[in-house]
Amino acid sequence: MHMIMGEGLSKTYQTGEVAVQALKGLYFSIEKGAFVSFVGPSGSGKTTLLNLIGCLDRPTQGRLLVADMEVSEFTRKDAAMFRGKNIGFIFQGFNLIPVLTAYENVEYPLIMVQSVAAAERKKRVTALLEAVGMIDRQHQQPDQLSGGQKQRVAIARALVTHPVLVLADEPTANLDHDTAYGILRLMKKIQKDFQTTFVFSTHDTRIIDEAEIIYRIEDGVLKNENMKGGAHVESI
Amino acid sequence: MLNLFKIAMRNLLRYKRRTLLTLGLIALGVVFVALFVAVTGSFKAMMIGQITDSFVGHMQIHRKGYLSSIETLPLTMNLKPNAARKVESLLQKTAGIEAVSPRIKFSGMFSNFVETSNVRLNGVFPEKEMAAMPLFVSRIKAGSANLNRGEILIPELLARGMKVKVGDAVVIIATNQDGSVNGKQFTVGGIIESATGPGGRDGYIHIEDAREVLRMDEMEISEIALRLKDFNRLPSVYADLEKTLSGEKNKMGQPAFEVHTWEKLSPFYNIARMIDIMTFFIKLMLIAIVLISIMNVMIMAVYERVREIGTMAAIGTLPGKILSLFVVEGFGLGLVGAAGGSLVSCAVIYIVNLSKITFNFGQQKGMLLSAAISPVELLILSGIVIIVSILASLQPAFKASRMDPIEALGHI
Repeated sequence: MHMIMGEGLSKTYQTGEVAVQALKGLYFSIEKGAFVSFVGPSGSGKTTLLNLIGCLDRPTQGRLLVADMEVSEFTRKDAAMFRGKNIGFIFQGFNLIPVLTAYENVEYPLIMVQSVAAAERKKRVTALLEAVGMIDRQHQQPDQLSGGQKQRVAIARALVTHPVLVLADEPTANLDHDTAYGILRLMKKIQKDFQTTFVFSTHDTRIIDEAEIIYRIEDGVLKNENMKGGAHVESI
Repeated sequence: MLNLFKIAMRNLLRYKRRTLLTLGLIALGVVFVALFVAVTGSFKAMMIGQITDSFVGHMQIHRKGYLSSIETLPLTMNLKPNAARKVESLLQKTAGIEAVSPRIKFSGMFSNFVETSNVRLNGVFPEKEMAAMPLFVSRIKAGSANLNRGEILIPELLARGMKVKVGDAVVIIATNQDGSVNGKQFTVGGIIESATGPGGRDGYIHIEDAREVLRMDEMEISEIALRLKDFNRLPSVYADLEKTLSGEKNKMGQPAFEVHTWEKLSPFYNIARMIDIMTFFIKLMLIAIVLISIMNVMIMAVYERVREIGTMAAIGTLPGKILSLFVVEGFGLGLVGAAGGSLVSCAVIYIVNLSKITFNFGQQKGMLLSAAISPVELLILSGIVIIVSILASLQPAFKASRMDPIEALGHI
């Protein structure tokens, strides 16, 4: 079963009179429950691809199916609703809301996105904070947490809505090696525990090997030579 | 919804100093407007009370056309006995009228046997006049307000100018309807304080004496002054009376009577209207203060939180929720500013009243300012502030809700 399937996926940005082709007709599919990494240098198109998969942007050409839904023609509102229901995000800069505590940051999507009842919210938030090892610091605000701790909270926030897919754009870029390694292992553990599909991008060669499947992307084109797992990858 | 408020309040407390400054500005605006409304409202109410309760009354009824000739006090425009009785009968059937005072108004010559001066006089039934004009008695500066037959109440300026005091003998000379002149000697029964407005410098005699001076065979009436049980019901009682009286026609088939409220009878109404217009513009200034300060804060808030908005949008927060969050922040600023301003306003008005400020209005000296603002007025003021706060935050909130998540997440 495919979680994500791209067919002839292209994305072109218009900068003034210059058209920049960020993605050039990608064909790929990712199985449900996979732990996948897109690797490549800066400007290769990793973030653009993650933005398309995350329904934050729309492809210029091609079809894109996420969780069995054709997402390439979503309206702004449909995309937001789809994201809120199906996708969790982990950002490079953690992007926690500074006025909320760790607990409240994790709780935020359940209030603002899914309108979950208070008792259920408490159950889910507590369980996830325990899973990421942040239960002791649940009342601390982001400015009182280290980078690694912030990213743990961000992982809990991404998972609290029970998404089928978690997208992480350079989740370890702002972390030292040990912390980055710890975060990757945590993501992997949670992927196993929650049976969630994890897709992350990185250009950090130190952690690439943690991924089960690696897709190399260069100049907007997917290369298949560095594959570790069984995902189907094509480039044209 | 409660959680939305909690998050909005946390966001407002993020920049405490800026929030406090904005709240202070809004509260200060509310205080100034409330104080202005309280002081001018008190001034207006006092002045209207002085005019209506001293000599004008809440309404007056005349023969049709009398008011346009009132400067000359024409005796030919008096209500004939039958007409006066008809009006009094209609008034008895009209709800909301507390007291009625018929008057004969005329001008004549006033003599102290040494000098002579012009004078305008009202012939009144003393009890009826006092019932319709509750401040009448308080205007008597010397002597008595009883106004027995043969006594006259002299306006204080005339008494001073003619050097007349209570108990002195004076003569009133007047021309009657036929053009013949008659005179009658009176004893000064009292000195009456002048008041600002038409009729404020008139003298008073008993209505039977007026009839005698003017050689009226039957009682004719120049005007009927009315006092209502509830001043706030003036428009409805006026409408009822006008409808009733407009049905009464003269021999020519024209309306026989005219009824006017104090607003038409006193030039002070224009001052009252000016006060209302000034209050309106002061409120407009408050709206501008709230609008600009809230909009400024909310635009800054959106600008400073672009990445945060991007994150909220990315994780699936619907545009409507993002809009609500910023609108609630604006609402919170307006609510707290209005509430704080209202509380401070009450304290300031209390202090103003404690300081016993007095002022003069026309001939009235040393009137005590009694500033007051009704809870309804304060609620309306707060409502305006809150509504304007919401409106001011709409544009920045809309901008936040329409932000592209990718651009917002990439904002530095």
